[in-house]
Amino acid sequence: MQQLIRNGVVIDDTFAEAFGMRATAIIITAPTLKWARQAAITMTGFATSVIGCGCEAGIDMDLSETETPDGRPGCRVMLFAMGTDELQKQLKTRLGQCVLTSPGSACFAGLEGSAPLDLGSALRYFGDGWQISKKFGGRHYWRVPVMDGEFLCEATTGLTKQAVGGGNMLLLAADWARALKAAETAVAAIEKVPGVIMPFPGGIVRSGSKVGGKYKGMMASTNDAFAPTLKGAVKTALEPGTNAVLEIVIDGETSDAVSDAMRAGLKAVVKLGPKQGALRISAGNYGGKLGKFHYHLRELLP
Amino acid sequence: MKPLTFRLLAEPGERLDLSALVPDRLAGQPVSDIAALPVGTTRTGVKVGDLFRITGKDASSLVFDGGSRRFDQVGAGMTSGSIRVVGDVGFRAGRAMGGGTLVIEGSAGEELGSGLSGGRIEVTGNAGDRLGAPLAGELQGVSGGTIVVRGKAGHRAGEKMRRGLIAVLKGCGDHLGLGMIAGTIVVTGRVGAMPGYLMKRGSLLLDRRPDVLSPTFVDGGNADIAFSGLFDRFLIAEKILDKPLLGTAPTRICGDNAVFGKGEIMFRRRR
Repeated sequence: MQQLIRNGVVIDDTFAEAFGMRATAIIITAPTLKWARQAAITMTGFATSVIGCGCEAGIDMDLSETETPDGRPGCRVMLFAMGTDELQKQLKTRLGQCVLTSPGSACFAGLEGSAPLDLGSALRYFGDGWQISKKFGGRHYWRVPVMDGEFLCEATTGLTKQAVGGGNMLLLAADWARALKAAETAVAAIEKVPGVIMPFPGGIVRSGSKVGGKYKGMMASTNDAFAPTLKGAVKTALEPGTNAVLEIVIDGETSDAVSDAMRAGLKAVVKLGPKQGALRISAGNYGGKLGKFHYHLRELLP
Repeated sequence: MKPLTFRLLAEPGERLDLSALVPDRLAGQPVSDIAALPVGTTRTGVKVGDLFRITGKDASSLVFDGGSRRFDQVGAGMTSGSIRVVGDVGFRAGRAMGGGTLVIEGSAGEELGSGLSGGRIEVTGNAGDRLGAPLAGELQGVSGGTIVVRGKAGHRAGEKMRRGLIAVLKGCGDHLGLGMIAGTIVVTGRVGAMPGYLMKRGSLLLDRRPDVLSPTFVDGGNADIAFSGLFDRFLIAEKILDKPLLGTAPTRICGDNAVFGKGEIMFRRRR
């Protein structure tokens, strides 16, 4: 594989391979940003990978009181799944269990999509007959009486079929602390890009996987080529001086959003340089046969 | 293209039924045909051409240059386009309208917007009694759309309303939202006696506590709700009001418990 060098950081001439997904977004508001975020964090918990969690979800951005429908602070949350039915199911259960329950919360559509997904239309029955329907300004809302007042929830939000899941970059460093520093720097830069989430813990994955494994029924197993402790034992992808690898995984509303996010992440890690952060940047792919979307690092470099 | 304009030549000698002069019906009609349309309500057989000077070509936007208290059923049944009246109108303006916009730069008589199902009516002056109300025998009043009266409204405004929005900015008479089924009525200014009387569901959103309330309404407290902020922003964005109406934690009164009892009267909390 050819390699490029920017600011002393080696970049593999490879690509990240990603998949088409279904996505939706909602806006959660509350009397304070702290409580809007709390509802959002709770709702997007256990949503790192569709394989085990049913959906991938995260906070896209915080919104000031002038940017939300009800004039309270809030944040935009995005959910990704492989199919519409699963996305609807995840949206409904997470909304009902995590947002409806959160003090002071309200919920609004966060995407004008190609088809509607139920929000309040599904949750209104919690009101046991006391729910109030309100239609104005071309939109439909439900008001559900709850113990701290009312849960206000728009009837539906939008669905997009243009979403992309699995944009990624691998950050290879001399030790764990530098790998983390590089990853945190990338996450901070990507957080500023609208329309993308990084669904893993703090935006970072430490257990990158390969397809299949030696045990029957394992769909994925550890990516031994990038595991530094196995450098001598397996066909490794790591240099002798590399002792820690972390991955950033990106889901975006559109393919362009994923490109923008990867560009921002690469730029930040390159700027950090090899002494403090990553010695080398790579990306995960399956040879290009599985995913429709390919993001070549060469084209995204600063 | 200039709007199709009807310039009033003199005060009409009788009440007129102007329901024929709506964009939907005038599209593609030659001026001679429009001038020949009968608009009188007596045996005189008065026609459009006898009363108005017609100019302009764009039938999707009509202008009545000069109005009269004898202009009845202006914009009745319209579903698209716009009508602007520079002056007053009589009763049932915008009756059974389904879409489009009707702007009256003056005052309107009784039963303005009766049976409205869509579109928008705006009156800069006052409106008479039974604003948006059903006619005798009808089961519901306004079932969609928006009515904004920038002046006062008479008694029984929003009677049997089902859906949509009515806003009255300088107060109204007695029995606001009488027998309301659902929907939203906003009133700033003094509200007469017994607002929300016999309302089943729906919202009366006011800028003050009503003076005389039916004893079948009960206190719903001052919970901090998101809806009031959302609706305040909507009213300002729509240029219906220029400042917030309810604020956070409005006072909520629930009723009418003489009937279904799921309606509400809300107004800004006075500290």
